[in-house]
Amino acid sequence: MLYFTRWKALGIILTALIVCLCAVPNFFPEAQVKTWPAWAQRRLVLGLDLQGGSYLLLEVDSNYVKKERLDQIRDDVRRTLRDAKIGFTGGVAVRNDAVEVRITKETDVQPALAKLRELSQPLGGLMGSSGQRDLEVVDAGGGVIRLGVPPAAMLDRMRKTIEQSIQIVERRVNELGTVEPVIQRQGNDRILVQVPGLQDPTRLKELLGKTAKMEFRMVDTSVPPDQAQAGRLPPESELLTSASPPPTPYVVKKQVLVAGGDLTDAQATFDQRTGEPVVSFKFNTSGARKFSQATTENVGLPFAIVLDNKVISAPVIREPITGGQGQISGSFTVQSANDLAILLRAGALPAPLTVVEERTVGPGLGQDSIEKGELAAYVGSILVVVFMLVTYRLFGVFANIAVTINVAMIFGLLSLLNATLTLPGIAGIVLTVGIAVDSNVLIYERIREELRGGRNAISAIDAGFKRALATILDSNITTFIAAAVLFYIGTGPVRGFAVTLGIGIITTVFTAFTLTRLIVAWWVRWKRPQSVPI
Amino acid sequence: MTQTVLIGLGVLIAILTVVAALGLLPSLRIVPDATHFDFTRFRRISFPISAALSIVAITLFFTHGLNLGIDFKGGTLLEVKARSGTADIAAMRTKLDALGLGEVQLQQFGGPENVLIRVAEQPGSDAAQQAALQKLRGALGDSVDIQRTEVLGPRVAGELLAYGMLGLMLAIVAILIYLWFRFEWQFALGAMIANVHDIVLTIGFMSISQVDFDLTSIAALLTILGYSLNDTVVIYDRIREMLRRYKKMPMPQLLNESINSTLSRSIITHVTVTLALLALLLFGGHAIHSFTAVMMFGVVLVGTYTSIFIAAPILIYLGVGEHREDAPDTATPAKKSKA
Repeated sequence: MLYFTRWKALGIILTALIVCLCAVPNFFPEAQVKTWPAWAQRRLVLGLDLQGGSYLLLEVDSNYVKKERLDQIRDDVRRTLRDAKIGFTGGVAVRNDAVEVRITKETDVQPALAKLRELSQPLGGLMGSSGQRDLEVVDAGGGVIRLGVPPAAMLDRMRKTIEQSIQIVERRVNELGTVEPVIQRQGNDRILVQVPGLQDPTRLKELLGKTAKMEFRMVDTSVPPDQAQAGRLPPESELLTSASPPPTPYVVKKQVLVAGGDLTDAQATFDQRTGEPVVSFKFNTSGARKFSQATTENVGLPFAIVLDNKVISAPVIREPITGGQGQISGSFTVQSANDLAILLRAGALPAPLTVVEERTVGPGLGQDSIEKGELAAYVGSILVVVFMLVTYRLFGVFANIAVTINVAMIFGLLSLLNATLTLPGIAGIVLTVGIAVDSNVLIYERIREELRGGRNAISAIDAGFKRALATILDSNITTFIAAAVLFYIGTGPVRGFAVTLGIGIITTVFTAFTLTRLIVAWWVRWKRPQSVPI
Repeated sequence: MTQTVLIGLGVLIAILTVVAALGLLPSLRIVPDATHFDFTRFRRISFPISAALSIVAITLFFTHGLNLGIDFKGGTLLEVKARSGTADIAAMRTKLDALGLGEVQLQQFGGPENVLIRVAEQPGSDAAQQAALQKLRGALGDSVDIQRTEVLGPRVAGELLAYGMLGLMLAIVAILIYLWFRFEWQFALGAMIANVHDIVLTIGFMSISQVDFDLTSIAALLTILGYSLNDTVVIYDRIREMLRRYKKMPMPQLLNESINSTLSRSIITHVTVTLALLALLLFGGHAIHSFTAVMMFGVVLVGTYTSIFIAAPILIYLGVGEHREDAPDTATPAKKSKA
């Protein structure tokens, strides 16, 4: 137990030294570390609770995704049956999470089934080998055909929706000019957004809360809005209200002339004549062609610029717009014009997002937490160190050397993993100091016992280590299991606690098995003690 | 101020280190060598007491309940700091009550300029919670700085609670399986009974003190679990060793020896953990105050007691060491006559 080969001793010291050195980048300003080689840049990340910032958990509306899909199927069914000249009665309806249609003639049911089955695609595109399809077409009896979306297909669609949403969210958050936002998927239908330093997420939430589905559509001038409100709404039109107060009704055709997907750029500027904030936009080639054609055909008529089913403005087309660019004016403030431009540039979300969890911490509070955490850490460590000195004297010095290296190694490993340090994480480190000396206590008490049992100094030390190390391993593994579970279930600050606790256990076991033993071994070789001052 | 204190303490450590290294410090024995307390006899007292306390804790849990924090209940929480002077809680209350958001709790938090505002979960969807936050921000106006906000919708809160509980169970089962592999099943069972006892009593404490029960409480509970087990395992390790070495020693005596020989370690370790926790409790700030308070109770008060007075003696009832006489090398007829 007390014999180390030269190479083994060297290995232990080098390992400890390298791990400790990993903590070095934390002591230099971030800007300076950025100029270092990439392998030296790893450092601790402060959690949002320490550096301040916003944490938002967004949820994609799965019902919306499902409804969109069913509506799309309904339109497909209608078109397919019309194209195939198959008669159906009572229309195509969305009912019980499925689309149902009643075929008029009994003999048409089989051909209709065959036609509708062509709508379904294998899941996963060309790579799909699961044999599952994105649409289930069944004969429900009585001439009714039911088209449902299988769960696997729904999951697949949600996954794609989330992926798309994350891209859009990323673009929108980046437009805010914040530092290193973190955007990641969580579970099946959630997106986590962490923005360090953002104290008031109100504007961010406004930006993320809009799907930003932009459409250019014609205003239906055949019916005045008040009559439409009274119920005389043409089937190809719908009633929308204005985006800005007071809510003004508009009758707008359902057909979309150009959609927001055809925009290539949008900027907030000022109108050259009136001086009010406007949003100027550019179409891509196909958008420009469609827009040019529509405006040429409808000179003198009003068209509506619709965002998320609200009419932003409804200007009259004075002349054909062929240049593929234009501007939207609609009683904007500088901020709202800016926001609209951001939304248009970033693109539309495939489904609405809702904020289901929000946590923000101001920078002042974070700084306060750091200071308090540091103070507690210092005081706690000092108390433990003094106690160990008083209790074990020389061996207390050994224990304190071990625990100091232990803590340095915790910081080294945390930096190496780019782990997040949170306030409970600091508490975890302080606790580790308390528990790390336990390994020394176990060893020393065992040595005392062996001495009492009548062994001589060196054999007591040897036996003390041998017997105590097994116990140290067993007792630390149980705590490590608790830390691992905590890491798995926890989020944010709690996960930070689990990380420091877990790493603390690893370094504690390492120091107990190697460093403490090495130090004592050296001392034994140097002193050749007849008695142990413990 | 704190800087000077810290530097002073640092100097003290340096001096102590030198003195200790030179061997000039007197030896401090916190626990006298070779104690012989009859811990297992205490089981006739400690078991009924623990049972009674557990029943009290469970009753408290069902009558008083836990003060579910925002993590598990949903709703809105704001920590605000007055821009100047102390915060006028009464005026704030009038303003916020007028918003019609249901029950609004205001509470001084930390210093006199800090106020914690809690608003119960709003009926309806997640959007309703967001609307409430907007209203609160508006009503508070410029007189205060908003230091921290937390808004949780009903579903997320429910999921977090379920996850937390699941985690707790998972940890217990995982540890149980580990102990089963390393020891015999009786030890695993004994440790689990001790574990559940720890958790039940700590939950009772949280119910009485009405500290917020939130995600950090789950973290505290898991840590208590880990440390209490750490302690239990140290004693169990010794019991196992003694069982191998002394095949004829009666169980109560063997347990006593094991507990006594690990007693000084138990006490010294608990002093160091307590010192660390004490520092966190006194200087760590209010953000982790309830976290450390719960841990203090669980680790220091319950954990140690459990390992010594519950986890070890219960092995007698679980039948540990009963069949040692059958071991071929030490079978003695004298012992068998007793059974």
